[in-house]
Amino acid sequence: MASAHSIPSIEERFEFTSGAKRNLLIGGGVGLALIALGAYLAATGGGGHEAAAHGAEHAAAAVGHGAAEHGASGHGAVSAAAGSHHEKSWVARIWANLWVNGVYFTGMSVIGMFFISYNYLAQAGWSAVFKRVPEALPAFLPFTGVVLLLTFIFGGHDLFHWTHEGLYEVGGPEYDRIIAGKRGFLNTPFFLIRLVIYFVVWYGLWRVIRNLSLQEDEIGGTEFYEKSIRFGTAFLVVFGVTSSTSAWDFVMSIDTHWFSTMFGWYTLASWHVAGLAVITLTVVMLRERGYLRAVNSSHMRDLGKFVFAFSIFWTYVWFAQFLLIYYANLPEETIYFIERFRGYGGFYKAPFFITLFLNFFFPFLVLMTRDAKYTHSILKVACWSVIIGHYMDFYTNIMPGSVGAGAELGALEWGFFLLFLCAFAYTIASQLEKANLIPRNHPMLEESLHHDIA
Amino acid sequence: MAELSGKYLVGVYDDDDTVLHAVPRLRKAGVKIKEVYSPFPIHGMDEALGHPRTRIGIAAFMFGVTGCICALTLMIWTMGIDWPMIVGGKDPISIPNYIPITFELTVLFTAFGMVTTFFISNGLGPGSHFHPRFDLRSTDNKFVMAIDLGRNSMTVDEISRALKDSGAEEVNIKQF
Repeated sequence: MASAHSIPSIEERFEFTSGAKRNLLIGGGVGLALIALGAYLAATGGGGHEAAAHGAEHAAAAVGHGAAEHGASGHGAVSAAAGSHHEKSWVARIWANLWVNGVYFTGMSVIGMFFISYNYLAQAGWSAVFKRVPEALPAFLPFTGVVLLLTFIFGGHDLFHWTHEGLYEVGGPEYDRIIAGKRGFLNTPFFLIRLVIYFVVWYGLWRVIRNLSLQEDEIGGTEFYEKSIRFGTAFLVVFGVTSSTSAWDFVMSIDTHWFSTMFGWYTLASWHVAGLAVITLTVVMLRERGYLRAVNSSHMRDLGKFVFAFSIFWTYVWFAQFLLIYYANLPEETIYFIERFRGYGGFYKAPFFITLFLNFFFPFLVLMTRDAKYTHSILKVACWSVIIGHYMDFYTNIMPGSVGAGAELGALEWGFFLLFLCAFAYTIASQLEKANLIPRNHPMLEESLHHDIA
Repeated sequence: MAELSGKYLVGVYDDDDTVLHAVPRLRKAGVKIKEVYSPFPIHGMDEALGHPRTRIGIAAFMFGVTGCICALTLMIWTMGIDWPMIVGGKDPISIPNYIPITFELTVLFTAFGMVTTFFISNGLGPGSHFHPRFDLRSTDNKFVMAIDLGRNSMTVDEISRALKDSGAEEVNIKQF
């Protein structure tokens, strides 16, 4: 009953305690240690998967994979020279890990902006009380932007098949008519320009909205709100295009021959549900530490519904893409899934199905009941499942085309994930500290405080 | 109090807020309220009336699982076992092909099951006869509270006074 609530104070200041800072730094340190350990193991050939699977697997993969995907030369030749390939593959693995995490955390960050923008556009009231949380996420964009830029400049050659010059020499041994045909879009200068534009525009629009929000906190009035609606709408228009093109650039172009018209949606769905899981998890963690007392069980249930609904949405898009390719059975399309099912000794089969379990079956069943959607412990488990599940999602999308048989899921991978996660959490916490935790002059705040879905 | 069975005291309110606040007051005073009728849903009314939480979600899940199992059984049996058929070069039993129909039947069973459950648990649909119309204005602009006198130990006068005190503009007696 709405009238029965007594509304807690809206004057709240988040304190990023030195203990929390220390824990995150320790987490990042552990991540670095794992990376060092993983890199050492990979460089000295300790990786079980790669060592055991090398010969047989590459031969098997080459049947379905090499012929159609890379032409007669390409990887086939490299796998014959096992020694040189090995040295190359562990460096490529590091680049690929940076790329997977860079893309994934870029997505989660930009979804914070996406969330506030569509809430502004819809003039939604309910979300105003925890608006500072999605608002904090895009602060991580400069970091991932630099990571992606540097990774592309220094490691792009290992990750992106289309950066190989030989592909474009007409009549040359590596000439690839299909990839050459995509050169108008997939060429290094244009790729770099796009990469920079994405980050500048996303981050720039976020800064505008963030500043308006902070000014609103001090001055009040509806002027900032009206302006935010306009900038939020502008962002949605921009993001409508750039979410698709960035998905093609960052993920789909790795499997250069292959394409899917669902891919932009698919990546956006993946980013979106992961971002919502981060928002929900942050709200839960803040509440557990005694903050955001004004967030009631109705807000939590709506956040839970968001995570629940969009994990179904991701599955829908995932399956729509899969089913069309499965039905149509065109070799140039099915190669993508055959690589993940049978290629490289079947290494990607486990991550492929774990992705489906963590991102659909688990959150679907766990978050189905009404009570589960506001129970902190259940929300935490479901959100972690989604966050790890979508890491696996990007892993299975990026790794086969970039490192292929050299991929593993060991210390190196989890080290990078942990490092990025701690850095992301650190950034969010520092942003939350900068302003009152509840946007005290937001015009919709009153509605949000009384949010009641019974 | 045999003469009171089938007799209802009907309080008519003009405002949703008044009736929402009247309910806990009357219940505290010992009045057993049968139901409140309103032109639109009033937030918090279910809790105020002390209605138990709906279990239709559990029923929906059961119907959904039934639909899912029925669809898969039907397709696996007909396409894969009884008369194995190869469509589009796929195995006779290929689960991805079955997912769209499984989804549709899950939704269909859930929807039909929930509507049926709703009709039965509310005594609606063919074969049900008792539909008391306490006050037709509850479909227009009034909020109507019905009190079954046969189930209350308080006297008619006491209840009417309590209703008036809680903000009812009219109190009528209805006999069915």
